[in-house]
Amino acid sequence: MIAYITRRLLGMIPTLFLVSILTFVIIQLPQGDYATALAAQAAGSGGTGDEAFVQAIRHQYGLDQPVYLRYVTWIVGCLHGDFGYSFEWKRPVGELIGSRLGFTILLSVLALAFSWIVAIPIGIYSATHQYSAGDVGLTTLGFLGLSVPDFMLGLVYLFVAAFFFNASASGLVSADLEQAPWTLAKVWDFISHLVPAVIILGVAGTAQLIRIMRGNLLETLGQQFVTTARAKGLTERTVVNRYAVRVAINPLISVMGMQLPNLISGSIILGVVLSLPTTGPLFLHALQNSDTYLAATFLLLLALMLMLGNLLADVLLAWADPRIRYD
Amino acid sequence: MTDVASVAEQLAADQRPLTAAEDARYGRSQIQLIWLRFIRNRAALVGGAVVVTLYLVAAFANFVAPYDADQRFDADIYVSPQPIYLIDDGKIYPHVLGLTLTTDPETLRRSYAPDPTQKIPVHVLVHGTPYRLLGLIPGDVHLLGVDRPDIGVFLLGTDRQGRDQLSRILMGSQISLTIGLLGVFLSLLIGSLLGVASGYYGGAIDNVIQRAIEVIRSFPSIPLWMALAAAFPPHWPALQVYFAISVVLSFIGWTWLARQLRGKVLALREEEFVLASQLSGASDLRIILRHLIPNVTGHIIVISTLAVPGMILAETALTFLGIGIRPPLVSWGTLLQDATNIQTLAHAPWLLSPVAAIVIAVLAFNFLGDGVRDAADPYSVV
Repeated sequence: MIAYITRRLLGMIPTLFLVSILTFVIIQLPQGDYATALAAQAAGSGGTGDEAFVQAIRHQYGLDQPVYLRYVTWIVGCLHGDFGYSFEWKRPVGELIGSRLGFTILLSVLALAFSWIVAIPIGIYSATHQYSAGDVGLTTLGFLGLSVPDFMLGLVYLFVAAFFFNASASGLVSADLEQAPWTLAKVWDFISHLVPAVIILGVAGTAQLIRIMRGNLLETLGQQFVTTARAKGLTERTVVNRYAVRVAINPLISVMGMQLPNLISGSIILGVVLSLPTTGPLFLHALQNSDTYLAATFLLLLALMLMLGNLLADVLLAWADPRIRYD
Repeated sequence: MTDVASVAEQLAADQRPLTAAEDARYGRSQIQLIWLRFIRNRAALVGGAVVVTLYLVAAFANFVAPYDADQRFDADIYVSPQPIYLIDDGKIYPHVLGLTLTTDPETLRRSYAPDPTQKIPVHVLVHGTPYRLLGLIPGDVHLLGVDRPDIGVFLLGTDRQGRDQLSRILMGSQISLTIGLLGVFLSLLIGSLLGVASGYYGGAIDNVIQRAIEVIRSFPSIPLWMALAAAFPPHWPALQVYFAISVVLSFIGWTWLARQLRGKVLALREEEFVLASQLSGASDLRIILRHLIPNVTGHIIVISTLAVPGMILAETALTFLGIGIRPPLVSWGTLLQDATNIQTLAHAPWLLSPVAAIVIAVLAFNFLGDGVRDAADPYSVV
C-alpha cells in the first residue's frame, strides 16, 4: 500500500507541473494586467491613469518582465512556500489564502460527511422498500435535489431566511457579532450559519449517493450469498446490514473521488452567494482585477486539493475492499 | 422471455418460414428496438416532450412572450404577478384587474393594489410589439395580451425597470438553452475526434492526449471555467461572448467524451472489419469517419444528452457570477443576477422565477438522458 501511495504521489509531480503552467497561462490570458486595472480604477475616480503611471506600476510589480520569467519566479517561490504577493491586498498571497482554503476544505468535508450520513440510510430504505410510496417519494426528491444547483438553493435559502425568519443568512456570523469575542452566543450564531451552508452544498451529492446506493443494494440483494444468508435463518436485519450493505457500499467510495470536484466547485460559487469566507469571493475578485499571483495560486491549490482528494478516495477504496489490489 | 437464439432454434426445428407477425417482431432494426425501449419509459417520454416544448417555445419566444425582453413599462416597477380571472358574473370573460399605485407615506415604497372596478380583458393572439420571428419573419401577433398599449399584463410580475418577467424568461431561454447545446456540440467535435484518434493510434499520440485530459481534469470545473471566462475583454460584442462561453464550456466537456470513446475504440480496432478496410487500402481518416465513429454513435448520443444539463447550469452559474453572458443579452443567468440582493428579493420574490425555469429544463434533460441511456443499452430487455 505504501509503495502504491508513493508511486501515485510521484506520478502526480509531472501532472502538477503541467497544471501549474496551464494555470499561469490561463490567468495571464486577459488583456491588460493589474497596472491597467489600477489605471482604469484611478481614471474612474478622477485621478490620473496615464501611460507613465501604468509603466511605473508595471515596473514596481515586475510586470514588465516576460511571462516565462514571471512563471519561473512564481513556481520556484511556490516550492519554497512563497506564493507571491497580492497586488490588490498588498499582502503575501500565502497569508490571504491559508484560512480561506482551510474553510473551503472544512465546508467540503462537512458536506461530504452530511451527504454520506443522510444518503446511506435513505438508500438502504429505498432499496429494501422498492416501489413503495416512500421509495418513490424519496427517489423523486433525490432527482429534484440533483437538478437544483447549489447556488440557486443558496439564493432561495437567503430569501426564505430573510423573509420568513427575519434573519440575515449571509456571512459566517451575523454582522453585529463580527467583532465580538467568541462567546457561546457567537458560537451558536456561527453554527446556525454553517449548518445551512453544509446542507445546501451537500444536497446534490446526497441525491446522487441515494441513487447509487439504492441501485447497488438492489443488485446485491439479488445475489446468491444473500439468498444463502437468508436460507441459514439470519434475520432480515442482519442479512441487509451485515451482508448486503457492506458489499453495496464499496462503489460509493469511488464515487467520493467524483464528488470532491463538485464539492470544491460548489463551495466556490456558494461562497459568493452566501458571502462565506471560502475561496470563492476572493478568487472571483482576484480574477476580475488581474491579481495574477493570488488567482493563480488559488487555482493551483484547488487542483492540488482535488488530486490529493482523489488519491485519498482510491486509498480508502483499497483499504475497504479486500478484493482490490493495486500492485 | 424468449430470446432470439432460442427462437431461431425453434424455427429450424419446425422447418417453417416466419409468419408476418413474427417477422415484424424479430426482424426489428436496432433503431426500432431502441425506440421501443425508449417509449416504455414514461419519465423519459415526459422529459423528452418537455425538452421539445422548451426548444419550440424558445424558437418562437417572440410570439409566445407577451412583450419584448427590453420593453419597459415605466409606471409598473416591481408589479407582483397578476392572476388571470377567467369568469366574470358567471360568464367566461378572461381578464386581469387594473392596478392602482399607492405610496407608503413612511417608507416611500411604491406598491400596486389590484383595482376590482377596472377589468381589462385578456385576448389570445393580439397585435403588439413588432418583432422578427427567428430573426427573419416580421410579425406583431402575440399569443396572449391586452389590446391597450398603455396597460400591460404581467403574469410573472415586473422587474426594477418595469420589464415583464415572463417575457424575459422566455426570451432568455433562447440563449440559456442553446449555449449548452453549442457547448456540447463543440465538445463532441473535439472529444470524438481526439478520443477516437487516441484509441486508434495508441502510442505517443495516445500519451499526449491522455496527459492533456489528465491535466484539464485535475482542475475543479467551476474555478477553471471562471478563470477562462474572466479572460474575455470587456469590449467584446455580445455575440462573441456568447460563442466564447460555449468554447469555454467545451474546454472541459470534451475530456469526458474522449476518455469514454478511447476505451470503446481500443476494443473496436482489433475487430476484423477494421483490419479488412486497412487491407483494402482505406486511409486512417476514412476508417475513423466511416467505420469507427458510426460504431460509437449511440454512445456519443447518450453522453451528449447527459452533458447538456450540466452545461446549461454552468452558463447560468458563470453569468450569475458576472463573468458570463452580459447585458443587453438576456439569459436565465442575467435574470438571476437581479435576484441576488436580499432587500430586492424580500420586496419582489417573483424575481426568483427563473430558478423554476432552470430546474424544469435541467430535470427534463436528466429524465430524457436517463431514458436514452437505458434505451440505447443493447443488453436491456424489451
